[in-house]
Amino acid sequence: MPSWVKSFLVGVVLIALLYMMNAMMSSGGFFGIGVDDYQGRLLVFIAINIILATSLNLINGFTGQFSIGHAGFMAVGAYSSAYFTVNHGKAIEASFGFLGETVASSVVLLIAVLIGAIVAAIAGLIVGIPSLRLKGDYLAIVTLGFAEIIRIVILNIEAVGGATGYQVSGYANFLWVGIFAVITVVVVHNIVKSDAGRALVSIREDELAAEAMGVNTTRYKVTAFAIGSAFAGVAGVLFAHYNKFLSTNDFQFIKSFEIIIMIVIGGMGSMTGAILGAIIVTLLPEVLRQLPDIQLGATVFKIADLRLVIFALILILTMILRPQGILGTREFGLNWLKRPRKIDEGTSAVGADAGTPISQEREAKRLAEEDKD
Amino acid sequence: MDTFVQQLINGLTIGSIYALIALGYTMVYGILRLINFAHGDIYMVGAYAGFILATSMGFAANPSAFGFVITLVGAMAIAAGIGMAIERFAYRPVRKFSKMTTLITAIGMSLLIEYLFVFIFSGTPRSFPQLITNDNYTLFGNATISTSQILIFVVSILLMILLQYIIFYTKIGKAMRAVSFNLNSAKLMGINTNFVIAFTFALGSALAAAGGVLTAQYNPKIEPLMGIITGLKAFVAAVLGGIGNIPGAVLGGLLIGAAETLVVGYGSAIGIPSTYRDAVAFAILILVLLVRPAGLLGSNVQEKV
Repeated sequence: MPSWVKSFLVGVVLIALLYMMNAMMSSGGFFGIGVDDYQGRLLVFIAINIILATSLNLINGFTGQFSIGHAGFMAVGAYSSAYFTVNHGKAIEASFGFLGETVASSVVLLIAVLIGAIVAAIAGLIVGIPSLRLKGDYLAIVTLGFAEIIRIVILNIEAVGGATGYQVSGYANFLWVGIFAVITVVVVHNIVKSDAGRALVSIREDELAAEAMGVNTTRYKVTAFAIGSAFAGVAGVLFAHYNKFLSTNDFQFIKSFEIIIMIVIGGMGSMTGAILGAIIVTLLPEVLRQLPDIQLGATVFKIADLRLVIFALILILTMILRPQGILGTREFGLNWLKRPRKIDEGTSAVGADAGTPISQEREAKRLAEEDKD
Repeated sequence: MDTFVQQLINGLTIGSIYALIALGYTMVYGILRLINFAHGDIYMVGAYAGFILATSMGFAANPSAFGFVITLVGAMAIAAGIGMAIERFAYRPVRKFSKMTTLITAIGMSLLIEYLFVFIFSGTPRSFPQLITNDNYTLFGNATISTSQILIFVVSILLMILLQYIIFYTKIGKAMRAVSFNLNSAKLMGINTNFVIAFTFALGSALAAAGGVLTAQYNPKIEPLMGIITGLKAFVAAVLGGIGNIPGAVLGGLLIGAAETLVVGYGSAIGIPSTYRDAVAFAILILVLLVRPAGLLGSNVQEKV
């Protein structure tokens, strides 16, 4: 079977699956099988978080740039597109009205996504060009700073609601959010597997060596940063038009940390790891919410109130017991069923998986040996 | 002019607190290259420890200088213990792993402390008891300075002198400098690096707790999430001054405190509304880092091939 037929079939199956899940969320359900609003909402947030985690993984996991301000670009996408739909959405919907309500609202959403992505990419360029000269922790704090500045600037723009929040029309549904999650994963996957992706991984492994080999490191870093920001913007657009309400509190630096947690917990530099991380970080607090109360004598302990404490404990324990993340350097896939793969040291960077940096592995090994004495 | 002096005094008061917290960030970073995101929460823990001490030992009912000193020292000791425990149980096991892993551990620790305190004390703010009588003294013109502000200046300067003494004139200070210079060589020279790192955490946490108690005297509202923004600004102060550099942390703290109050006071005249207060610290940081990538007093280390 030629590879394009395979991709086409996979695409058709995915769209059908997403359509089915979308139908399950409607009031009638899908042939009687339905999910309630709460579960539907969680599924949408999982898909949005997959977009965020995958796009940040391109910057942090594959290019090795320490960005912790992803929520800022999400905010840029969300607010710019919401400003567009609030002011022009109705008019565009009316002019496409002859195609039916569904198509008309989809057209508005697609234009909104395009606007959000472009504005967020421009913001990414503006932030990235000066700050990507910095390395490591300094880059981290500058991206965090830019994200906070973006948030505070938005907070002071009265045209988008300022501190009172911003009412947006709900153009997005699970089908669209799901489709964009799939598009993000496919695009990032293809970038990583391309020549450009090799250049990005080489920057992560050793920036000086990459430069010596003729890789224009600044250009690749800034491009990766802008692409990552654009997808964060897309996530913001979808969030805005699903949630129907925007508040700058949704984009505080804790949101950026949440995205970092997703990619680290799943395994840095692993596509499936980022997806797994997004699912875990979205679902875990909700699962912990269901914890029963414990009665000791006369006092009742509401364990569910401790859910964020338990979440933090799980996070710390994961880092102590499995520092490379759940999937580590590997990708989850059908290959797992065939045979266990062992990745030799030295090939992981350019082999099938663009996994943990070699330098990092060696460093860990060296430190582990040092620690023995 | 009077209001300018007044703004400057208020700014330097907040700046001193930022400086006290920034010292902990900078010392830990200097030794472990770890951004200890839980440090801002230690400042909050210090304020709560002081609150519990002051109310349970009856200092709240009979305010006295003695009660204040006991509260301050007690809170510093408790925070030092908690800081050492955090290092021992969370950071030491992940020390040899990658930067991302340690960063996530620090974020996890920060969330853990915050929400544990929300669970225990609830999210509602508490009022810290006034332990010293707060008078206002008029300086030249109409600028005034309150007792709690004088207290903040005096105590922070004393603590900074003490820290300077510990780092440059004691054996453990020498060990700290050695470890921050090169951890592995220090180990080869027979320095107990684990002990030195634990001591550094204790020292930093005690300073942050002092900041917490002093702030609570100046502005008595304490709540479990008060450490987030203050801690972040203190961290920015540490990076601004040149992270790992102790005088830099103090300079960065004072600069950010002063800039913040000046923006609130005069910003509207030049088109910056006072709501931009929280963005000022980051804007200054970004501008400085773009010109001097290692911070104001940091030394720029050239990367070797």
